[in-house]
Amino acid sequence: MMTTDRRGLILGGAALLTVPATARAQTAAQGTAQGAVIDITRARTDPIPIAVPALAGGGRGADIARVIQANLRNSGLFRPVDNAAFIQSAEAAAATPRFQDWRVIGANALVTGRVVDQGGQLRVEFRLWDVLPEQQIQGTAFTAPAAQWRRIAHLISDVIYERLLGEKGYFDTRIVYVAESGPRDRRTRRLAIMDQDGENNRFLTDGSFQVLSPRFHPNAQQIVYMSYFQNQPRVYLFDLSSGRSEVLGSFPGMTLSPRFSPDGRTVVLSYAQGGDANIYAVDLGSRAQRQLTSGGGLDVSPCYSPDGSQIVFNSDRGGDQQLYIMSAGGGGARRISFGRGRYATPVWSPRGDLIAFTRISGGQFGIGVMRPDGSGERILSEGWGMEGPTFAPNGRVLAFYRETRARDSRGGGYSARLAQIDIAGFNERQIVTPTDATDPSWSPLLA
Amino acid sequence: MNVKILGALGALALLSACSSDEASNAAATGAGGSGGVVGAAGSVRPGSQEDLVANVGDRVFFETDSSQVQGEGRGTLQRQAGWLNRYPQVQVYVEGHADERGTREYNLALGQRRANSARDLLVAGGVSSQRIQTISYGKDRPAALGSDESAWAQNRRAVTTVR
Repeated sequence: MMTTDRRGLILGGAALLTVPATARAQTAAQGTAQGAVIDITRARTDPIPIAVPALAGGGRGADIARVIQANLRNSGLFRPVDNAAFIQSAEAAAATPRFQDWRVIGANALVTGRVVDQGGQLRVEFRLWDVLPEQQIQGTAFTAPAAQWRRIAHLISDVIYERLLGEKGYFDTRIVYVAESGPRDRRTRRLAIMDQDGENNRFLTDGSFQVLSPRFHPNAQQIVYMSYFQNQPRVYLFDLSSGRSEVLGSFPGMTLSPRFSPDGRTVVLSYAQGGDANIYAVDLGSRAQRQLTSGGGLDVSPCYSPDGSQIVFNSDRGGDQQLYIMSAGGGGARRISFGRGRYATPVWSPRGDLIAFTRISGGQFGIGVMRPDGSGERILSEGWGMEGPTFAPNGRVLAFYRETRARDSRGGGYSARLAQIDIAGFNERQIVTPTDATDPSWSPLLA
Repeated sequence: MNVKILGALGALALLSACSSDEASNAAATGAGGSGGVVGAAGSVRPGSQEDLVANVGDRVFFETDSSQVQGEGRGTLQRQAGWLNRYPQVQVYVEGHADERGTREYNLALGQRRANSARDLLVAGGVSSQRIQTISYGKDRPAALGSDESAWAQNRRAVTTVR
């Protein structure tokens, strides 16, 4: 059964153009995968050995294969076989795989394909093979403007991930973050956006005013963030297609730590009032503001559960910073963090099963996860400075930022960089950015 | 923030620039001190930021995770209130700051709470709240750039700046 769907591709960036491009995917899923499939729910497994030779047809074929290999390797769940070990040529494999040639070099899965340049449009066919039973698992063709060859590679990577691991991938996504430069007392902070692998980095603001805490809308076309524009710390909405920002709500003082609801119709944020900070919900249609917490502490960093029914947030109402959950309409707040230390920046997994957080304990910062009832706490990474976790859309990977300690009184040696880690606590790696980087927010899948 | 460098005196101009930028430990120390007599009388414009820094003290400090102004800070804010009452045309920002050993968003709220504490004491000293605007920079504008206790102590602060 062949299906065709149309997918709008949105690109932001300095010029913030909406590219009126589509990628057409023709997909034929054939049976279920067998030999190469693993159980992703296991905490940690041996990575799947997979061969991804250059796609046939020249042009971008080798580049696309290279991006697919990098995606799969970076997930920690695949081990791309070294190209130098390949026996069968890429061109020949694209015609008919000789499975014993791939089996003998240790590949359990094989990706073949072909790139056809149709006058500025690329048509990319790819097939995913299970090498042991010698079966095709998937065959898909994508069409997109040649300039968007990376997106095709990410879409193919997501198909491979999903077919072999049994859950959605996260490669066709972007990360918005705060790009930082200059000395820390006179820091320039700009909104920046990039592909999840660090490519196609673009700055969205010019640095003439400070920005913090950007977060993606669930349709990935808007960002909500905090800005010191005209020395007024406020929450703003940023539209990626127009490049325009507008202030959100009519709060007379500082608003901070915004986040969209899962349906994209509401922004929840913190509003500093007197000596307290309270959580408000702002309806994006009517712009009506509703106060959800009141009195008795600093309530910040709210985040909805994926079904929109609850909000987890950070409060010092009990004396020090802890995590609390309340109903999305406010009320019924109960504390969920009871470990040693202070807890902050909670984010709910898109899968609903975990809440990630920052913990400060014994002079160390850590990134961890716990169940929404507070049980099962695990610290995934710990060090001198780190905070601000954000989930990849499949809930399997977290991005956050890590800081290194200044080694002298002039701040020498300080740095802030993005990192990612599997929620099982392995495969931590840096996401390379052109400048120092903080406050990452992972987009949903773009297609 | 308004950075004004007045007068032809090099030493004075340097002090002003530092304190306005909050760029150095020297500024923090000088500003937090008792505000000694400025040698070249008349070179600092009365009612200016330089006057506040040199003769009153522009900042107060806080304990970790606290927004309570302690004894020495209360004295500084009392002097600031007297100074502001002397120059009723002056409008100020009170900026709240935090050290780097907290999370960014919480520290923004903590900085706001510190700015409010300082503002409340100025108001208690007879300054109209209309003249005071509070703002928080959390941990994102440190005065001292080191990563040690002494830097953190200088960074947990509320700073009064002439608008």
